[in-house]
Amino acid sequence: MRDLRLSLRASSGRSDPARLLFFALCFGFLALFLLLPLLVTFVEAFSRGVGVYLDSLADPDARSAIRLTLLVAAIAVPLNVVIGIAAAWLVARFEFRGRQLLVSLIDLPFSVSPVIAGLVYILLFGAQGYFGPWLKAHDIEIVFALPGIVLATLFVTFPFVARELIPHMQALGGSEEEAALMLGASGWRTFLHVSLPNVKWSLLYGVLLCNARAMGEFGAVSVVSGRIRGVTATLPLQVEILYNEYNTAAAFAVASLLAMLALLTLVLKSILEWRFADSIAAARGH
Amino acid sequence: MSVTVTVEQVTKSFGAYPALRGVSLAVQPGELVALLGPSGSGKTTLLRLIAGLETIEHGRVLFNDTDSRRLSLRERRIGFVFQHYALFKHMSVAKNVAFGLRARPRAERPSRPEIAARVAELLELVQLPGLADRFPSQLSGGQRQRVALARALAIEPRVLLLDEPFGALDAQVRKDLRHWLRALHDRLGHATLFVTHDQEEALELADRVAILNDGRIEQVGTPDEVYDMPASAFVCEFLGVTNRLPVEVADGAALFNGTAVLGLPDRSLSGPAALYIRPQHLGIVAPDGAGLSGMVAALRRNGPARHAEIAVAGLGKTLDVDLSNQALPAMGERVGLRVARGAVFPAPRDAAATAGTWPAEKA
Repeated sequence: MRDLRLSLRASSGRSDPARLLFFALCFGFLALFLLLPLLVTFVEAFSRGVGVYLDSLADPDARSAIRLTLLVAAIAVPLNVVIGIAAAWLVARFEFRGRQLLVSLIDLPFSVSPVIAGLVYILLFGAQGYFGPWLKAHDIEIVFALPGIVLATLFVTFPFVARELIPHMQALGGSEEEAALMLGASGWRTFLHVSLPNVKWSLLYGVLLCNARAMGEFGAVSVVSGRIRGVTATLPLQVEILYNEYNTAAAFAVASLLAMLALLTLVLKSILEWRFADSIAAARGH
Repeated sequence: MSVTVTVEQVTKSFGAYPALRGVSLAVQPGELVALLGPSGSGKTTLLRLIAGLETIEHGRVLFNDTDSRRLSLRERRIGFVFQHYALFKHMSVAKNVAFGLRARPRAERPSRPEIAARVAELLELVQLPGLADRFPSQLSGGQRQRVALARALAIEPRVLLLDEPFGALDAQVRKDLRHWLRALHDRLGHATLFVTHDQEEALELADRVAILNDGRIEQVGTPDEVYDMPASAFVCEFLGVTNRLPVEVADGAALFNGTAVLGLPDRSLSGPAALYIRPQHLGIVAPDGAGLSGMVAALRRNGPARHAEIAVAGLGKTLDVDLSNQALPAMGERVGLRVARGAVFPAPRDAAATAGTWPAEKA
């Protein structure tokens, strides 16, 4: 990316019609499909005044949605960090039967429609599902409750951490870890003092993306949550509920929270990329 | 505190590819041994097996009398210097060197001031005082190499293993570090084993050289032994014997095109063979006075020595002659060649295909 920027700057001396055309196309597209909707979100959110905007956010259902979204992210993201690190470690450091399969499995959530993922959980844990009767007998609620939402979110956001880490770990190779082991460090100490610090920036990057997706996930959560107002509606679901009730201003007010989350993520991501370009380069190269 | 490392009939394969096919070797305390071989010969695998970074398939490795499999990596107390040093990028030089001491279990861990003193001492030893707070990215290649060595020495190793220790350095630094490493080794008295593909480095630095080829040790001996008495055709070629002459051995003589070129003390050999001759063991004589004759095809300078290439009749190739101690012939002059010394090995089974060809790399 840096190289591209350099070469653009280098050739900026002469006017190049093809280059101008590409710029126009690129920025035109971005403005039309990304910037404009963002702008509309905030315009609509404040269309009936700041008072209505704040009231919409103070509404009990909206506050419940905010709480639930934060809670789901607070459970799903750390879990995915742990599992993602473990999976990346396995794939990057060991040769074993089924390694390629594991890599494909890590990518699976990207290729499966989130709605399907949600439906699978209904099929497994729903009242009519495979484990439904057993769960009912033991009074365990998964579907239409927090555990279901967390499961669906875990599924959808699983690839983010592992996929950031794998290429970085592979590029680093294992010799620093071997060096630590030869110096007498335990496996745990090696992991904490050598492996983790080496990939911390790509890990943070993965966490950031994972978190953004966890908070913004709609499809899978929509299916497993049952969309019970004030109980199992996360922020994106709340937006849809309000919108379907023609409560446009309130819908956009809640949506503006998600938009701000997106902007915050973007800013943090840019800071990471700018500040730690070299450490991330290995992971970003592909 | 050093130990004897004994490798007994060790084999190792990666999938279907055999990396080591039964290797035995012993390294005594105070001894500096080079593992020399082309890439893919198994030398790095052998080093990693001894370190415990690879598992042994068959055979065993002993530290004194203890089987290596009964020792954890920590208990082996091996100082290992990796090819690209594998310094911890995010730690300062001091932290790198201190790592092994800080990683010890609490009961054996020295106190902070003790560790600091030991680090200072080690940086002094590798002649890098004042660089304690630098990071690896701020060091030159030679400095990194010495930090890696200081880090390995911090755990008071009983054996020192170095993988291509000079591989990533430029020529002048290499030479300096070579002498420095030899001096350091003599001072510390470890059993030291290092991997290299550079024969000059191995012959200059090591007490003994083990030459590996295709997962086997072809020869172990002092630099003089392997240089002067190569045990196999491979050793000859690997140590830069450039002249290879297809001969027929009969009645204690090596015959080229029916004329004897060299008498052999060993009368047991007979049949087709390859005669290896170093350039300095070919003497230029008057034509027809010897079994080999040819024409001066080229004259060139190779470092300090002048060389002549003699197109030998019936060979189809030229022989390389070192002229350091003899008169310069004229271009195109007809000369005879006298073989002062040479090594004869039975021709390999595919002799027909290789007879008359030369080793790929010419000095």
